[in-house]
Amino acid sequence: MGPQLRRHIWSGLFIVGFFVLWQALCWLFNVSDIVLPKPSEIIVTIIVRMPALWPHVLQTLYTTLIGFGLGIAIGIALGVVIGSSRLAYDVAYPLLIGFATIPKVAVVPIFVLWFGAGGVPAVLTAMIMCIFPIVVNVATGLATTEPELEEVMRALHASKLEILWNVGLPRTMPYFFASLKVSVTLAFVGTVISETVASNRGIGNVMMIASANFDVPLVFAGLLILAVLGVALYAVFSVIETNITGWAHRKDEVAIG
Amino acid sequence: MTPATDLNPRTHPQYFVELEEVTLSYGRDDKKINALGLTNLRLKQGDFVALVGPSGCGKSTVLKLVSGLINASTGHVYVAGRQVGAESVRVGMAFQNPTMLPWLSVRENVMLPLKIVPPFRQDYRAKRNGEFRDRADALLKEVGLENFGDKRPWQLSGGMLQRASLCRALVHEPQLLMLDEPFGALDQFTREELWAIMQELWTKLRPTVLLVTHDLKEAGYLANRICVMRARPGQIIDDAEVPFPRPRTIEMSYTPPFVALTQRLRELIVAARPQKEAA
Repeated sequence: MGPQLRRHIWSGLFIVGFFVLWQALCWLFNVSDIVLPKPSEIIVTIIVRMPALWPHVLQTLYTTLIGFGLGIAIGIALGVVIGSSRLAYDVAYPLLIGFATIPKVAVVPIFVLWFGAGGVPAVLTAMIMCIFPIVVNVATGLATTEPELEEVMRALHASKLEILWNVGLPRTMPYFFASLKVSVTLAFVGTVISETVASNRGIGNVMMIASANFDVPLVFAGLLILAVLGVALYAVFSVIETNITGWAHRKDEVAIG
Repeated sequence: MTPATDLNPRTHPQYFVELEEVTLSYGRDDKKINALGLTNLRLKQGDFVALVGPSGCGKSTVLKLVSGLINASTGHVYVAGRQVGAESVRVGMAFQNPTMLPWLSVRENVMLPLKIVPPFRQDYRAKRNGEFRDRADALLKEVGLENFGDKRPWQLSGGMLQRASLCRALVHEPQLLMLDEPFGALDQFTREELWAIMQELWTKLRPTVLLVTHDLKEAGYLANRICVMRARPGQIIDDAEVPFPRPRTIEMSYTPPFVALTQRLRELIVAARPQKEAA
């Protein structure tokens, strides 16, 4: 436990140090609030404005989680299809990369055109942001499953579905969770992009209005809230990951135990 | 078990496994590789047959044909009177690598066939913490792993994993057992210990066994019959009974008749090696 605790303390100190340095530089060079507000001011802004901010926080969180959930469902489905055969992998990959390359900001107006401004485009943007890493990781996990493991199942006359369920998917879990950690932060990006462009609710919208009013501390307050939400969800999936895919991280376990 | 009317007319009821004029080739046209030349092989129920031969002679191919992992290019493979794959025979298989699923405990790995193979699969949910668990534990005990059921595969040594792999091959009481050099990667002492365990389990459960091995002593110790294969194209060139009484012991393998047997096999295999390698 010793070295791990020390690592946690160091990373905590690193974060605090970052904000202290920021605060100190602002003091030292007398930076204006309009350019870069001090961390202390940002925190005060968050606390004072919380009653007004709270519904927007919930809105953003809610939108992100729905988009993320849809992204997971579609991502797994596509990943399983693409990863389960060499042919599908080769055929579908170029198109998939093509879609991944499109800047998602450019897609928001299309969603607005189709579904109108508001929550739906935000959910969809969050969704398409997080699909790609999930598809790629699930497909890679399945495609790289050791043939020996599958042979064990095939020798038992297991069906394709049973092989997928008992070997393919468990084998893919470490890849899947790695992609979830990336995707959940991307989902936030998607939500905020869409809220900034076409919504009257959510943190993205708040930041848009605040910057139009030169209320820079509020813009930074929005950024900080997003960062905290992102880290919190990342942490949640990290914990689930260690519990489910502990078998794939045995090096750590050996080193600690 | 199988009604006589269902039997394929080309099969013989006295045999459990039949390879009838089977060939196997990879690729097409000019790049065609003949992995297996015209091969006939028949196994009686409860028999223990070893396949030996130079590397690359298609020993493992025969095994994969019989277990339905690959299909023959021409000819027929029958198990229990039916085309392979259509039969409802329980098959157990152990490979050279233990191939345990790393996300399951050793016991869960051993229980895997019970989850897949009928008739056990129907009761898997109900019995996995009771009868099936006991069955896996009993086998693990038999091979000296009684305290390792809850461990993860990576916490066990290679020899231990290979024992667990044997348990997995046997847990569903297979009528047909395929062993693809399961002792090949082990040290001499572990290997001899596992031979004894294998012989004991075979005597008790009497599955039909097809063993692929490089080790002539192993073949002589375990098998009732030894088939020698030659390479390119793979073909069975010798098929002989092993006359020694059971239970066999390691000491037996140093007696003159046993040594004579392994020597004869050795000469056959040396002669059967492809020219390039023999030179």
